[in-house]
Amino acid sequence: MAQADITADLARNIGAERGTVGQIWFVLRRWPIIPVLVLGLLVFTGIFADLLAPHSPFVAIPDNRNIPPVWYDPVVLNVKDASDPLAFPDPLNLGIEEAAIKYGLDPTGLDTQEAVEEAFLAIDLKPKVHFPSWDHILGGDNIGRDLLSRIIKGAQVSLTVTAISLTSGLLVGVSMGLVAGYFGGWLDEIIMRITDVWLGLPFILVAIVVVIALGQTMTILLILLALLSWTPFVRNVRGETLTLKERDYVALARVAGASTFRILIWHILPGTINTVIVIATLRVGQLILTEAILSFLGAGIPPPTPAWGAMVNDGRPFINDAWWIAFFPGVCIFLVVMSLNFTGDWLRDRLDPRLRQLN
Amino acid sequence: MRQFLIRRFFFAISALIGATLITFFLSRIAGDPRFLYAQEGGYGITQERWDALGVELGLDKPIIWQYAVWLGRIVKGDWQDSLLDRKDVLSKIKKRLPPTLKVGFLSYVFATVIGIPLGVLSAVKRGTVWDYLARAFALFGQALPVFWVGIMLILIFSVQLRWLPTGTLGEGSFSWKHYVMPTVTLGWIAAATYLRLVRSSMLEILDSEFIKLARAKGVSNNAVIWKHGFRNGLIAPLTFSSLLLTGFITGAVVTETIFSIPGLGRLAFDAINNNDFPIMVGTVLVFTAMYVFFNFVTDVLYAYIDPRIRYA
Repeated sequence: MAQADITADLARNIGAERGTVGQIWFVLRRWPIIPVLVLGLLVFTGIFADLLAPHSPFVAIPDNRNIPPVWYDPVVLNVKDASDPLAFPDPLNLGIEEAAIKYGLDPTGLDTQEAVEEAFLAIDLKPKVHFPSWDHILGGDNIGRDLLSRIIKGAQVSLTVTAISLTSGLLVGVSMGLVAGYFGGWLDEIIMRITDVWLGLPFILVAIVVVIALGQTMTILLILLALLSWTPFVRNVRGETLTLKERDYVALARVAGASTFRILIWHILPGTINTVIVIATLRVGQLILTEAILSFLGAGIPPPTPAWGAMVNDGRPFINDAWWIAFFPGVCIFLVVMSLNFTGDWLRDRLDPRLRQLN
Repeated sequence: MRQFLIRRFFFAISALIGATLITFFLSRIAGDPRFLYAQEGGYGITQERWDALGVELGLDKPIIWQYAVWLGRIVKGDWQDSLLDRKDVLSKIKKRLPPTLKVGFLSYVFATVIGIPLGVLSAVKRGTVWDYLARAFALFGQALPVFWVGIMLILIFSVQLRWLPTGTLGEGSFSWKHYVMPTVTLGWIAAATYLRLVRSSMLEILDSEFIKLARAKGVSNNAVIWKHGFRNGLIAPLTFSSLLLTGFITGAVVTETIFSIPGLGRLAFDAINNNDFPIMVGTVLVFTAMYVFFNFVTDVLYAYIDPRIRYA
C-alpha cells in the first residue's frame, strides 16, 4: 500500500475526513449522548413530576374516557357505558370521599347513598363530540384520567422505586461480597450457597405469592426488588475481593496495623467500585422491567398510583379502539431500559472490560 | 467430576426445598385455607366441619410439621387436591403442562435459530449494516417489556392486519397460527441474549492466535468461521441457557395471561390469586424443578464440552 493510501486510511479511522453527518454519527457512536439525554429527561421528569403534570394523575373525568391523542380527528364520545362497573368501580365500594375526588365531584354533602347516586347520575352521560386538544396531548385512559400526567407521575414512581431498591440491594450485595471474599472459609461457602439457591428461585412467582400473602404495599415491593437485585453484586465483588486481598498494599496495610474493617472499606472496596458501577447500571434496566411485569400482573405498585406496567395492563382490554393507553407507557419503559443498557455497555467497555461476558 | 455432580445435585435439592418452603410459609400467612371452603355456595360453614377440615388439612400441627407432611406426600406422588374445585393437583398440572412446554420449546427453537446465526453473522461482518441490524434486533429484544410486545403484536397482526387469531388455544382449535405470536413474544428476549453472547464470544475467538494460524495455513473462510470459530464460540453462550430458562418462567406467566393460553403459568397465577395453596406450592415446585433440572443439564454439558473447566 502506498504511503498516501495509508495516511488516508488512518485519517478515515481517526475521523479527520468526515462530512457533518459522518461526524455526528461518529460522536454518537463514541459517546452515549442520546441515552444520557433520555435518562436525564427521566430524572428531571421524576423530580419535578408534580409541577410538570398538566392535570392530576388521579382524577378521572368520565368525558375524557378513551379520548384520543391531540393529532386525531374529532370523535363522537359515547359515555353511556360509563356506568360499566369494570371501567367505573362502584363509588360505594371505593368510599364516598375517594370516589368523589376520582370523578371530579364535590364530596361535601354526599353522605347518604341516595345523594351519592344522584350526584353520580347527574354526571352528564350523553354522547358528545370531542375535539382533541393540547389540553390532553396523549388523550385519556380507560377511566378518563389524563394519560400524559399519569406517564409523568409514573416516571417519578419508577425512579423512586428503582433507586431505593437498587441502593439497598447494592449495599447488601457489596457487603456480603466483601465479607465472603475476604474471610473465605465457611462464611464464604454459606453466602455463596445462599446466592446460588436464590438465583434458582422462580422470582416472579415467589414475588406474586409474597404480595398476595403480605398485601400489595410499596414497602413490600421495594423489599422484593431489593432482594432481586443483590445477587450479581455478591458474585462479582467476591471475585474482585479474592484477587485484591492478595495484593501487597493490603498486606502492608495489615502490617501497619489497620483494622479489618478499615482494610475492607478503604483498601478493598475502592478497587471494586468500577465493577459495582457497571453492574448497577446494567441491573437497573432489569429492575425496571421486573417492576413493570409485576405491576402488569397486578402485584406491583399499588393502584391508583400510576405505574407504567399497570398502565399497559389498563389499556389491554381497550387495544381495539384506544391503542394509545397501552402504547405510550410501554414506549417509556422501552426507552428508559434501552438507554440504561446502552449506558451500561458503554461504561463496561470503559471501566471494566473483563465483565464483557456478563452481558 | 463425581464430586462436581454431587455438589450440583445437593444444590438442586436445596433450591427445590427453598422455593417450596418459602411458598408454603407465605401461603399460610396469606390466610386460613379453610375460608375457601367457607365461601363455597355462600352458606357458611359449621363449627364441626371447620374443625374437621382443620384436622384433615393438618392445620392444628405446627407449620414446619405441615410442610414435612406435605413434602412426604409429594415424594410419594400424592400432591393433594386443589382447594377450589377439589381436583387432584398432579393431574391438573399434567393437563396444563403441555401448552407451556410447547410454547417454551418453540420459543427456545426460535431463539436458537434466530439468535445464534445472527450472532455469528454480526461478529463476522462486524461494523457493516448486517451487524447494526442484528444488534438493533438484540437491543430491542432486551429492552422491550415482554407484555407490551405481546399486546402490540395483537394490535398489529390481529386487530389491524387480521392475519393471526388472538391467541386462544381453545379446545380443539390448535393451529400453528395460534403459536406464532406467543413464540415470538417469549423468544425475542432469549434470541437477543443469545445473539449478544454469541457475538461477543465469536469476536473474541476470531481474534485469537489459532484462528490466525488457520487462516495462515490457507483454510477457507467458511471452514475457519464454522469449524474453528463457531465450535469454540458456542461454549460461553451455552452456559447461559439456564438464564434464558428463568426468562421463560417469568415469560410463561405473562404470555399465558396475554394470549389466554391454558398453561402452567396461568394456573399458578390463578391459584395464587385464590390462595389455593396445594396448586400454588405444586406449580412453584414444578417450575423450580424444571429450572433446576435444565441448570444441572447445562452444567454437565458445559463440563463435558469444555474439558478445561475445573469442576468446582
